Amino acid sequence: MAESLLSVRNLKTHFFTDEGVVRAVDGLSYDLHRGETLGIVGESGSGKSVHALSIMRLIPSPPGKIVDGQILFEGRDLLKLSDEQMRRIRGNRIAMVFQEPMTSLNPVLTIGEQIAEAVILHQRLDKRAAWVKAAEMLERVKIPLARDRVKDYPHQFSGGMRQRVMIAMALSCNPSVLLADEPTTALDVTIQAQIIELMRELQREFGTSIIMITHNLGVVAEMCDNVVVMYAGRPIERTDIKRIFQDPKHPYTWGLLHSVPKLYERQERLIPIEGQPPSLIDLPPGCAFAPRCPFAMEICVQADPPSFPVGPDHTASCYLYSDKATEKEKQAAEAAGLAASSRSGSV
Amino acid sequence: MATNGDVLLEVRNLRKYYPVTKGFIFQRQVGAVKAVDDVSFFIRKGETLGLVGESGCGKTTTGRVILRLQEPTHGEALFEGRDIFKLGKEELRRLRRDMQIIFQDPYSSLNPRMTVGDIIGEPLEIHKLARGKEKVRRVQELLEVVGLSPYHANRYPHEFSGGQRQRIGIARALAVNPKLIIADEPVSALDVSIQAQVLNLLEELQKEFGLTYLFIAHDLSVVKHISDRIAVMYLGRIVELAAADELFSNPQHPYTEALLSAVPIPNPEMRRERIILPGDVPSPINPPAGCRFHTRCLYAQPSCKVDDPAFADIGGGHYVACPILPFRQQRSKAAVLPRQTVKQ
Repeated sequence: MAESLLSVRNLKTHFFTDEGVVRAVDGLSYDLHRGETLGIVGESGSGKSVHALSIMRLIPSPPGKIVDGQILFEGRDLLKLSDEQMRRIRGNRIAMVFQEPMTSLNPVLTIGEQIAEAVILHQRLDKRAAWVKAAEMLERVKIPLARDRVKDYPHQFSGGMRQRVMIAMALSCNPSVLLADEPTTALDVTIQAQIIELMRELQREFGTSIIMITHNLGVVAEMCDNVVVMYAGRPIERTDIKRIFQDPKHPYTWGLLHSVPKLYERQERLIPIEGQPPSLIDLPPGCAFAPRCPFAMEICVQADPPSFPVGPDHTASCYLYSDKATEKEKQAAEAAGLAASSRSGSV
Repeated sequence: MATNGDVLLEVRNLRKYYPVTKGFIFQRQVGAVKAVDDVSFFIRKGETLGLVGESGCGKTTTGRVILRLQEPTHGEALFEGRDIFKLGKEELRRLRRDMQIIFQDPYSSLNPRMTVGDIIGEPLEIHKLARGKEKVRRVQELLEVVGLSPYHANRYPHEFSGGQRQRIGIARALAVNPKLIIADEPVSALDVSIQAQVLNLLEELQKEFGLTYLFIAHDLSVVKHISDRIAVMYLGRIVELAAADELFSNPQHPYTEALLSAVPIPNPEMRRERIILPGDVPSPINPPAGCRFHTRCLYAQPSCKVDDPAFADIGGGHYVACPILPFRQQRSKAAVLPRQTVKQ
């Protein structure tokens, strides 16, 4: 059993606004192991990006606040560290790549300066050595003519190149954990393929563990070993990459997989998930997905479902898998295509 | 698709160049961004033509120029036989009842200071189609058609989610009973689970109202789902055009192959060998000489640097701009559907 590198325990990050409390992340737990790529999958409002910013302690406060939980890394709870101690970890031991390469780089500093900044701060290299390292990192991410381009400014790079620069910055101090927040969403599909390929190579080379935050199921399938699906701030299903696609148990996961047009199949009609994602302000009690769930039962609107085991290394937060669901209800779900009975499915 | 085969829109040799100027007081043109550079296609009544490509390929510009939201540099666009580009102001306004657009960004394409009812009713006023009570009734009808409620007419756009705003945009486009709708990336800005709702709606509306769509998008899976035929664009040109099934089972252009190969498949069992294109898309100010794709093409020959490939008919309504035709004899690795049996 591989040791756990990063453990998130019951993380809760709330935003206190004039309209009410936004429970952006509400009870997320997972373990990240050495060399693993963990996918955090969800749509807008699921809490996936806020959770990453919480790990990095970059939540604007006010109005945000990490109200509960622990983030255990290298034997310490990151949430209990001082600002100074956290600064030594951020960008150094845990690094992050953001979604919008167009706006995440400082436009008035050269690329070399931005990469060197991290290296000078964390590895105590002098300026010259840091610039050499910066050029090396640009080469590692396959930017042509790296030694010249290190003196260029962000606006002189294309979107895909800027994303490579961000990856270079993030990996410059050889972090154990890389948080990648939708790193390919803003990019064209052929450039996306390049970046995914690059990240996989670098992971092999550096041995970094990656937390891959995305809504793109294709990217998840290409990159991840395990997956946590989030909805309205809560984790609702968790398992390995094969099972999440072949045997999704939570109605939301199942609905998501069926609503996506597939390149390699002829589909007559997409089966959408009806309704809208909920507002996170003052969520009603019960399962956040219940209003949109075709299998909702009475208990679903009364209490938030805990996580139930639904297979080996596979859990889902859904009452269909508890003793509260009648056999009839389970069979109805099964008839609709969702393998709700824990007897069925591969073991 | 339900079509009687009549061509509704035919675009011939369309060009749109944006001048690049130098100098402050005395501006002189030093070059041009060749956003659309000789594009030709037709759409039959009742069908959906998908226009797909990556950023900078010219697909959005093509859509806007056809509607004359921008004026063309060259070329013709025949709507039911009449050249759109030659119409006077009044004639164009009347024609715009037949051609409408749905925009990509549901957050910026609705006037935030107008109620939803006013937004949908505005085209009815402009084209003098309905007024007063009749207009209100028609707006309510349209709201229901797109899956919203009549009472939504009194609300403002900011009170709605992205998917709902897109429905409002669709209702506005439908208000004048158009024949052709140009949908410019209508689902790209929406969450995945909402995309399916809007796509289904567009398909239902097409069946119900006999609409013809030009569907512009960069997401190949979405385009494949909704289109009858698909045109693939690169740097201002169409490089391949074929029926959807044909394109995906028998891609002939190296760029199409790379595009198909690049799409990540939501199925971990299908981690396939991918064709990764080197480099970035060249600038449309200075497109490469000869075949525009040759700088990134894995099959480029010396002649590709010199000769501009013709858009050739290879049979069955399948057109390709590549003389090399690498997959003529064998199947492309990137084909995602089983090979069609050839219909003669």
